[in-house]
Amino acid sequence: MQFKLDRRERASRRMLLLTPLLAVLLSVITSSLLLLILNKPVGSTLHSFFIAPFENFYSITEVFLKFGPLLLIAQALAVGFRAKVWNIGAEGQMIIGAIAASSVPVYFVDSTSGWLLPAMIALGAAGGMSWAAIAAWLKTRFNANEILVTLMLTSIALQLLYYLLLGPWKDPMGFNFPQTVMFQNEALFSPLFSGVRLNTSIIIPIIFTVAVWLFMERHFGGFKLVVGGLAPQAATYAGFSAKKAVWVSLLLAGFAAGLAGMSEVAGPIGQLQRSVTSGYGYSAIIVAYLGALNPVGIVFAAFFVAVLQIGGDVALVSANLPISAVHVFQGLLLIFYLATYTLVNYQIRPLRHASSSTTEGQPT
Amino acid sequence: MTASPALLSLRNITKRYPAVVANDNICLEVHANSIHAVLGENGAGKSTLMKLVYGLIESDSGELYWQGQRVELRNPAAARKLGIGMVFQHFSLFETLSVVENISLTIAGSRQVLSQKIIDIGERFQLKVNPDASVHSLSVGERQRVEIIRCLLQDLKLLILDEPTSVLPPQHISALFEALRKLRDSGVAILFISHKLEEIRDLCDTATVLRGGKVAGSINPARASTQELATLMIGHEVAGVNTGSNAQTSSNSQSSDHALLQLNAVTVSSDDPFGTSLHDINLQVNSGEIVGIAGVSGNGQKELSRLISGEQMEKHLPAESIKMIGQPVTRLGAAERRALGFAFVPEERLGRGAVPVMSLAKNTLLTTFYQGMLSQGFIRGGKLKRYTDECIEKFDVRCGGAQAMAGSLSGGNLQKFIIGRELMLSPRLLFVAQPTWGVDIGAATAIRQRLIDLRNTGIGILIVSEELEELFEVTDRIHVINSGRLSPSLTTAEVTPNDIGEYMISHNQRGSHGDNSNTGDGHAV
Repeated sequence: MQFKLDRRERASRRMLLLTPLLAVLLSVITSSLLLLILNKPVGSTLHSFFIAPFENFYSITEVFLKFGPLLLIAQALAVGFRAKVWNIGAEGQMIIGAIAASSVPVYFVDSTSGWLLPAMIALGAAGGMSWAAIAAWLKTRFNANEILVTLMLTSIALQLLYYLLLGPWKDPMGFNFPQTVMFQNEALFSPLFSGVRLNTSIIIPIIFTVAVWLFMERHFGGFKLVVGGLAPQAATYAGFSAKKAVWVSLLLAGFAAGLAGMSEVAGPIGQLQRSVTSGYGYSAIIVAYLGALNPVGIVFAAFFVAVLQIGGDVALVSANLPISAVHVFQGLLLIFYLATYTLVNYQIRPLRHASSSTTEGQPT
Repeated sequence: MTASPALLSLRNITKRYPAVVANDNICLEVHANSIHAVLGENGAGKSTLMKLVYGLIESDSGELYWQGQRVELRNPAAARKLGIGMVFQHFSLFETLSVVENISLTIAGSRQVLSQKIIDIGERFQLKVNPDASVHSLSVGERQRVEIIRCLLQDLKLLILDEPTSVLPPQHISALFEALRKLRDSGVAILFISHKLEEIRDLCDTATVLRGGKVAGSINPARASTQELATLMIGHEVAGVNTGSNAQTSSNSQSSDHALLQLNAVTVSSDDPFGTSLHDINLQVNSGEIVGIAGVSGNGQKELSRLISGEQMEKHLPAESIKMIGQPVTRLGAAERRALGFAFVPEERLGRGAVPVMSLAKNTLLTTFYQGMLSQGFIRGGKLKRYTDECIEKFDVRCGGAQAMAGSLSGGNLQKFIIGRELMLSPRLLFVAQPTWGVDIGAATAIRQRLIDLRNTGIGILIVSEELEELFEVTDRIHVINSGRLSPSLTTAEVTPNDIGEYMISHNQRGSHGDNSNTGDGHAV
């Protein structure tokens, strides 16, 4: 029996909701197989991935600590992806946001002003936006591919970060470690509970999510972006500017990624160091797609991926897995999601066999 | 000749699509050693028929015979195995590979052997091309030769060419024809799809004319006059539309005080290799008249439409080049022109006039957003729904309500929706491209009637259509667009379809055909 893919008359809403679940299921099955091959205990590994993060209060707050930046960046990226603006460089925008925000405590080491944190927020957002603006300008002015430009800008941002940490911004008392001074308390968000790293910055992604939902579902600006992504010719016909869509998409992502970078240095890390992004800029791409680019779906997807990352940390210890195992699982998720997404627009049907007794041009 | 069985014979081929019967009971015979033209207007079913022969799609009913044997072509590989090759309008070559590398992707044999074969074929059929040249460095004509050579390398018996000359500059066309004649003399049959009458008279031995998915007739193009071909292609049937007070309005169409649209000497060169450049376009549409633009497709209609609608802005043109409702609009975008009282119904309904996966209400927002649909940038859902509901009711759009996806509507109903949406803007100037394309006859008549009623209320209407009968039915004046040039204005009541047909082709072979000059020009206004 052979099968073929038939295009659906219109996209299936049911499959749209089912594909993320299907992708998760397939990833779990595949990674279980991989674990079996590696001779690792499947049950306890899955337990550390999915159950352990909820077993004590501290891990739960750690999940929410990861949830924040993932949610923030993914919401903004999804807006761009719906407008078919492929910003792959949120990672770089996040780095620049972190650098810009760090400049305040680095240059005002002794300040205890209440304006430190607001200034860092403003600079973090502005830094991320300026980095994204380079890609937007190159795209609208020279039609330079934003995928390549944002990706390459990420490499530049990383080099800039290394330069600052090894040179001018290096902590003179830091035993030559590539990191800045530890920031003063006035430059940090305060913890939500004592003894945990989760802090008040979690409010930013939540407000941002509501704003993005309003923008995409109720506002004309979001409508214009969506039309531009779904039917570029219809957008031109209506008179919506394609260049503006590029600018809005990229600046919004830069804004969110910059804030996320700022929240890291002013939150759990407390200084600028090399691993400032923890790969959030890339993971957020997976989150955006896993959430079907929908503001509500992304909330769940961000939570899921956050659980996965904390669970991965647990599994590193309990099942003696390498860190790449977590990356493999994330990669599987994205691949399976993209593969199963085919079923939104296509359906599988058995191949029709000709019943007539005619000679065929080719017996395939 | 007729004693031997035909190389390819189609019997009662029918292919239906949800909205339209693309091929209706088509019978066709192609013989070896002949160039067989398939002629017809856009949408007549030529491409569907060729895709059936090449195995890209399957027919719903009917039979296909190859050298007298019944065959079923499930896919192009089956067709190629029989010796059928096809060259599409848009080539399928990898630009970064060389000619011989491209060919070796589908043809077995070492590069060296293939290179020699490419050179040999080039010599024999005058299809010269350097096998080691990169494809991106080749001209369009040379790329076409590569495609033809690729077909020839697989024991070719029938070559299908889909509008091969539409991509070629004039100086390459005669070279292509020379090669095709050599091919024919070597025993290959050629199916040549075109809507350019002069070419077909020049090259082809037989012509089958399609109209509305049916065979309108078969004819020897060398002996038939251009008029005969045009008549077959365009047909005569005219459905009844009440033209109302035509006489009264045509009198005031002469005055230029009511000019709603003016294009003054507009010249725009196209940067798309498949596009048409516009030369010295002068056009005026007055209030209370319908002006039509006739022509075979690909002669600049798309470019002209986008220029008038504002989808394509040519900021280098003088400010006064395009005027709308008394104002220069050359530098205004589509939305700004709409705000002046201009409305436009594009030829592509899905993807341009409407977003298929959005609801009708959301699609209403596309062009009505400046009509109080927004409050502080937020969409006023209630108002939008009322507008959409009114449009659905007033224009008899059969659908599942304002929340129905635009893509779920039939072609005719979607067209009614889009026309309704645009008319509810109360435009002073309306531009409709292909108003009844793919629309069933009842809806088409309704749409035409509405256009005439609107004209009688004083609105100026411009129509681009490839259906000549439609233009004769509704317009007061007609221009013909040909190779990006616009004919003088012709008063519809004073010309015949044949006159228009002459204008459609006259510039193609600029000045080389003396027999064109005795008609048409005399009727120019």
